[in-house]
Amino acid sequence: MRIVVTVKFVPDLQSHRSFTDGTVTRTADDGTMNELDENAVEAALQLKEALPEGEAEVYAVTVGGPDAVAAVRKALQLGVDHAVHVCDESIAGSDVFGTARVLAAAVREIEKDGPVDLVITGMAALDALTSMLPTALAAELDVAQLTLASSLAVANGVATIERHMPDAHETVTAPLPALVSVTDEANTPRYPNFKLIMAARTKPVATWSLTDIGVDPAQVGAMASRTTVLDASTQPPRENRVKINDTGDGGVQLARFLIERGLA
Amino acid sequence: MTDTMVTVLVEHRGNEIAQPTLEALTLARSIGRPIAVWMGEEPPAGAVTALREYGAEEVRVVAIGDRARHSGTAAAVLAAATADSAIVLMVSTFFTKEVATRLAIATGAGVVVDAAGAALVDGRVETTQTVFAATWNVRTRVNADRAIVTLRPNTTQAAPADRPAAGEVISVMGMLPEVRETVVSVTPVERDAGVPLSEAAVVVAGGRGTRGDYTLVRELADVLGGAVGASRDAIDEGWISHEHMVGQTGVTVTPVLYVACGISGAVHHRGGMQASGTIVAVNIDPDAPIFEIADFGVVGDLGDVLPQAIEALKARRQG
Ligand SMILES: Cc1cc2nc3c(=O)[nH]c(=O)nc-3n(C[C@H](O)[C@H](O)[C@H](O)COP(=O)(O)OP(=O)(O)OC[C@H]3O[C@@H](n4cnc5c(N)ncnc54)[C@H](O)[C@@H]3O)c2cc1C
Ligand SMILES: Nc1ncnc2c1ncn2[C@@H]1O[C@H](COP(=O)(O)O)[C@@H](O)[C@H]1O
Repeated sequence: MRIVVTVKFVPDLQSHRSFTDGTVTRTADDGTMNELDENAVEAALQLKEALPEGEAEVYAVTVGGPDAVAAVRKALQLGVDHAVHVCDESIAGSDVFGTARVLAAAVREIEKDGPVDLVITGMAALDALTSMLPTALAAELDVAQLTLASSLAVANGVATIERHMPDAHETVTAPLPALVSVTDEANTPRYPNFKLIMAARTKPVATWSLTDIGVDPAQVGAMASRTTVLDASTQPPRENRVKINDTGDGGVQLARFLIERGLA
Repeated sequence: MTDTMVTVLVEHRGNEIAQPTLEALTLARSIGRPIAVWMGEEPPAGAVTALREYGAEEVRVVAIGDRARHSGTAAAVLAAATADSAIVLMVSTFFTKEVATRLAIATGAGVVVDAAGAALVDGRVETTQTVFAATWNVRTRVNADRAIVTLRPNTTQAAPADRPAAGEVISVMGMLPEVRETVVSVTPVERDAGVPLSEAAVVVAGGRGTRGDYTLVRELADVLGGAVGASRDAIDEGWISHEHMVGQTGVTVTPVLYVACGISGAVHHRGGMQASGTIVAVNIDPDAPIFEIADFGVVGDLGDVLPQAIEALKARRQG
């Protein structure tokens, strides 16, 4: 089984996140692999480890600027076999459809060495939280799509997931090849251990340009983007905030606040 | 208002129209000519009346039953049902984001998800939204000729049209695509009475600090006419069911009022509620991060504070 995991380089959730010229600022010092992609990597590694040695291979692929290599390096530390970084100036400013096109081309490039059975993504990147890429990538690849998986199993060429929809819990199956997006409930990501970190140092990262994977630069990047951020401004902090210590009438004061604000 | 056709995908639970649909229709009226698309079973007469009252010039019905639960199928028929619309509005959910993505791939439209508003500016759709846990405001322009915008609930004040529109009911059918995915089991979740969490104007949420007892949280929610939410830890403990989870991987809520009880305010939780109108927190730890974003914070034991608040609010209602 050959599995591709897509991993995104995002600003650290705990850090100060911002915009530069209409795109999310992403630099190496405060950037990291999207947290939910750790669950995607873990899902792939668990499927691999359930098979006899040598029967599965896991690729991690990221699309992004030079700093984004940190995302696939992290994936190598977690134990994936191969890392691919698609990096090309023409990609900058792509919308989700551009990114999906590039990722799909990367998957097809990997397929030159043998078919890819499964693509695993995170359910969302915790930067912009759009959750659109998994669907866009499944459409580009023209494969079955199993999104928001809180569990994943693969047997006899069929992937089975469970998912929590607002009105129902569903079990959904699809024949491979398929794309699966996972939630943080799917598993508990491992920590890279010393041995894996040392081993990751010597594993190469393949860096591909758009030419390498046969994507026309005119079809991606800011020029091809169907949306443009016009401006971004920080939300003013909440003003006149009140914090009281409960000295016996905290509940009454809370009620009074709600009433005064017309909220109760 | 312009002649631009603005189609609103109706969000409904069985026969009942979800409130954010009426918000979307209200917004659609401010942009152009609203058309409603109803997918699933045939809509009941009452629902059609409501759509007319909110200005739907046509009610297009795509009667494909449960097949509408498949995002690819929904997008394919929607492409047919919205072929004449430059703008398609949907209510933001994980499901509609998938539908929007597929529809955009089919039609070349540009997509903005989780918007708080949309307008036509010089013939292009411009949206506003907040990102990064509501710490930034962003204005986006759709460059494509067609735009799909998914809207956060509680961002437009729903108001009926001055007079009801004709709202002629028209049946639409598109080509149903081949479906590779099979839903092998569906276990419906039991819904709390009242408004669903994602749409509620008031949310009262409880976390680990409740120690599993949601009685007070539910009571306060009742008094305020709101829905009950929870943190991830409470769900993991099995204290309350999954659809109550607020946060980046649960439901994103934007109520007028959010009351966090015994919730620390982890960044993942904040990401799903920080855009709320007014935030109130009750927490025993004065250093809990939730206080950094609370308009009104009470440092105290929720076991003391909530009963007193509930009583005071009830007394006022009776008085
Ligand atoms: C990838 C990922 C995604 C996640 N997604 C989400 C998500 O979508 N939503 C989410 O909520 N979390 C999410 N989490 C988990 C999140 O990081 C926190 O662990 C979680 O939100 C904490 O829940 P809590 O506030 O209830 O518990 P705690 O952090 O343990 O806080 C409990 C609070 O209760 C207070 N307290 C205790 N007793 C009392 C009392 N008697 N009266 C008043 N206050 C009291 C304490 O002071 C404390 O502040 C995610 C985590 C990861 C890694
Ligand atoms: N630039 C990217 N490179 C690799 N994977 C990505 C990229 N953008 C998004 N993804 C994947 O798509 C998932 C959902 O992202 P999003 O749709 O941006 O919320 C992420 O968890 C990643 O697995």
